[in-house]
Amino acid sequence: MAFLQQFALLLALLIIFSTSCKTAMLEVDSAEVGLNYSLKSSATENISTSTNDSTGGHGSSTITTLPIVIWKWHHVETPYLVALWILTCWLCKLVAELNHNITSVIPESGLLIMMGFILGGIVWGADKAQTFKLIPVNFFYYLLPQIVLDASYCMPNKLFFSNLGAILVHAVIGTCWNAGTVGIALWGCYEGGAMGNLNIGLLQFLLFGALMSAVDPVAVIAVFEEVHVNEVLYILVFGESLLNDGVTVVLYNVFDAFVSLGGPKINAAEIIKGIISFFVVSFGGSFLGVVFAVLISMLTRVTKNVQVIEAGFIIVLGYLSYLTAEMLSLSAILSITFCGVCCQKYITANMDEKSVTTLRYVLKVMANGSETMIFVFLGLSAIDQNIWVWNTGFILLTILFIVIFRFMGVFFLNWLLNQSRLIPIDLTDQFVMGYGGLRGAVAYGLAASLDEKKIPEKNLMLGTTLIVVYFTVILQGITMKPLVQWLKVKKATQSDLTLNGKMNNRVFEHVLTAMEDICGRMGDNWWTRHWNYFEDKYVCWLLMTSDARKHKDPIFGVFHKLNLEDAKKYVNEGESKGSLAFIRNYDNASVDFKKQLALEYADIMPDIMNDMSEYDFGIDNVPVTSVMKNPLPSVSLNVHELDRKSMLNDLSAHHLLDQHLYKSRRDNRPTYSRSHYNTSENPDEMQEIFQRTMRSRLESFKSAKMGVNPAKKLSKHPKKDSTHKPNGKPADPHRTHPYGDEDFEFSADSASSSEIAGHFPRRNTNAPGAGVDNPTANNMAVAPSQTAQGRLPWTPTNLRHLAPLRMSTRSTDSFAMADASVDDEAPEEKSGSHHTRL
Amino acid sequence: MGSTNSTLLKIPNVEVLMQETGFSPAHIIRLHDRFKALDKEGRGHLCPHDFGAIKELAMNPIGDRIIGAFFSPGKETVDFHTFVKILAHFRPVDKDRPKEPNSPEPINSRSNKLKFAFQLYDQDKDGKISRDELLQVLRAMLGMQVTDEQLESIADRTIQEADLDRDDTISFEEFRKSLEKINIDHKMSIRFLR
Repeated sequence: MAFLQQFALLLALLIIFSTSCKTAMLEVDSAEVGLNYSLKSSATENISTSTNDSTGGHGSSTITTLPIVIWKWHHVETPYLVALWILTCWLCKLVAELNHNITSVIPESGLLIMMGFILGGIVWGADKAQTFKLIPVNFFYYLLPQIVLDASYCMPNKLFFSNLGAILVHAVIGTCWNAGTVGIALWGCYEGGAMGNLNIGLLQFLLFGALMSAVDPVAVIAVFEEVHVNEVLYILVFGESLLNDGVTVVLYNVFDAFVSLGGPKINAAEIIKGIISFFVVSFGGSFLGVVFAVLISMLTRVTKNVQVIEAGFIIVLGYLSYLTAEMLSLSAILSITFCGVCCQKYITANMDEKSVTTLRYVLKVMANGSETMIFVFLGLSAIDQNIWVWNTGFILLTILFIVIFRFMGVFFLNWLLNQSRLIPIDLTDQFVMGYGGLRGAVAYGLAASLDEKKIPEKNLMLGTTLIVVYFTVILQGITMKPLVQWLKVKKATQSDLTLNGKMNNRVFEHVLTAMEDICGRMGDNWWTRHWNYFEDKYVCWLLMTSDARKHKDPIFGVFHKLNLEDAKKYVNEGESKGSLAFIRNYDNASVDFKKQLALEYADIMPDIMNDMSEYDFGIDNVPVTSVMKNPLPSVSLNVHELDRKSMLNDLSAHHLLDQHLYKSRRDNRPTYSRSHYNTSENPDEMQEIFQRTMRSRLESFKSAKMGVNPAKKLSKHPKKDSTHKPNGKPADPHRTHPYGDEDFEFSADSASSSEIAGHFPRRNTNAPGAGVDNPTANNMAVAPSQTAQGRLPWTPTNLRHLAPLRMSTRSTDSFAMADASVDDEAPEEKSGSHHTRL
Repeated sequence: MGSTNSTLLKIPNVEVLMQETGFSPAHIIRLHDRFKALDKEGRGHLCPHDFGAIKELAMNPIGDRIIGAFFSPGKETVDFHTFVKILAHFRPVDKDRPKEPNSPEPINSRSNKLKFAFQLYDQDKDGKISRDELLQVLRAMLGMQVTDEQLESIADRTIQEADLDRDDTISFEEFRKSLEKINIDHKMSIRFLR
């Protein structure tokens, strides 16, 4: 706790420092004192230049002697303060997150608001006035966009679109319902005399109702993620609160226009115009977002050469979609939301994996940072004494009505939706949805941008909004978690990623569409399928690179992911067991070792090589052993045990190296580059390596197929064969194949190397006579090798896909192999050496 | 309602059928209409080529397997009762309907849904999904997007995932286990059959 106190002290110091700096700046107009994130704003640039002029920047004043250093506070003032405040807010978050006992009870957003109270107190103590506040322009232009972009970009896409109907119903109809009823009910109470004498008309009440209906996505999602509510509930609330912000702003603007038009001028035509404008603005905004999503996706098709800033494009274009919509007076929030949701799939496929990760993290940093600032400043706003116009009736009734009408709306709409839903939304979920209607920064931002000339009671509204925000975020936020637990809301089933699940999902989809066809009805699956068909045919063609298109199949995606996981686990395990020899090789798939050295090693001390594997980390040239037993295909989890076994057939290894070791053409090039991560990867090299491997395999395969090999190869590699005989294994034709090709295929049980494995039954290789003409081999038996031949120029990525996979199959198989004799591993050893060709 | 009743009366044993499948009269009538529409020659039963005539079904990668599921082994025709019973697999599970303790397991139960899916793989009806059977389904579904090597490794990996007794095949029990976390009621139900 002492630590915490220190932090608080530090924060206090920071605040006092910045405020005193601020108060020293008397010439700065107090209207512009608001925290300006001025980096991009031309308006604030003007301000800063004007302050520069007024304080006499270094250029204008005549100097008598050369100053060594000068105090130039005014030059940096605005950005400096901005940076300081950002730092302060983030430190607040740090403090808030220090104690897990507290964060498990109070949600983070609530804690941040409380921190804001404290900060506000400090500022008040130092300044006796509110010198810092969140002004709407900054909020809407510099803080909100990245939050929305992040939320929409990270939206579980499929879930979102499959529940889009329900989400839209809640976001559009629900929001309008909330705005209308709250406004009208408040007005009714006002007319009934519950609030004393106020200067508010029906239209103003409606405007207030509109801004009060903005449900905040941030606060509620944080809670939901923590308790892992079921995914339908999650996406309903998440999607609703996100789209609802957009709808609210549109609604607000419409009512705002009505208010400025004035009551008497409003007739039926104007109302119809308002309704039309509502739809045009929201759908126009959404459409603009989709357009930008298309643009972004197409752009990422061609950004391969500027990978470093690839992720930046998305952010900038996303921001532009926001600003463009704003410029066209369309809904900016909806625009950026749909932009993020729609482009996600394609850019993930198009961009490099690194850029995808970068983008995700950058967005997270920006969004989280903004969130933090918003909540702290929401708390900080409490010190503004201007806004505290107290009206008990108004405030209490507002809170009452927003809660009641929210529940009524949610229950009614869900009842409506349940009529046609396959899986109805159950009552507890509905209750949580209703309770999840927390109001947040958007409501405050809208309230703060009310025009005081048009709405005389602006301050009352602003104050009430703040109280509502505090009430919902802190109180409802705190009670949300116990409530969810108490109601036993269905939790999300933590489903692991499995191929079975993915594959069967696909089967189910096909079955369902088939059944719909048979029944002759156009159901949901009909639409899904036709969209998928359309997407496959046109959209992907337009928006995805051809490479990405090949790998976009979800089943394959899962497969790839699982393999990567396995590979990671495998490496970790290998590390902990101390056999790291293969890892280097794994990290950079292109091996640019010096051929000379390799041959030398192979020549002189083939025996040592195995032992070396554990000691050769110091050697700069890539450890020969790691190359020798090329890791990728044949490794198993107990590779280090294999390492220790002495290589039985040095001769064949030597021979092998001689023949197949890839001769590196270039020496190490300098690897540093400002704009490229990995210059060492060379597709040509990889391709050649692959071709060589394939060629030799095909050869060996052909001979195996012909059945001519046994005698010949036996004579050629007597030593190798001798390793088999002690095992009492029948001289199986494949086993005796040169270079251990078959041995590898079978012992490793590797499916990926199936251009050969496809022909032979797996596992029964030891059975005599199982081989050349295999009854169980499927009829595609020959096809794989041909396709493999036709497809020789593989890309390095392809090789990578294969790599972890082999390991994984092998590693799991080690169980199945348990019954096999230990000597069985000898051929594996060879297979390892065989792969030195890679 | 007169016409409704007369249509229903034309179907033999309609009461039993409704009892078994849980379909409402409206559903039965709709399905019966559809059945008659599919049965172009008016034989009172459907042949595989009747299903083949459905255009969209021909596009379905595993369409032939699904058609095959309608025909019990050795039979070349499917009558209305079987037709409805097969479709009853896809009726959503209704929670509010009281469960009679002694009633047999409804057709649309979870395990029956799973069995239906299982037999789509298990073409030789030996109660196990072999690697080849899996591979065929995968090839049909994934098409040209992946290479054969990848396909085979996917199949291997899939089997490994589910294969608990290490016999390189997936039995029904293993199949059920592997899908334990998946909401079958959701995934194998059609809304308009409710």
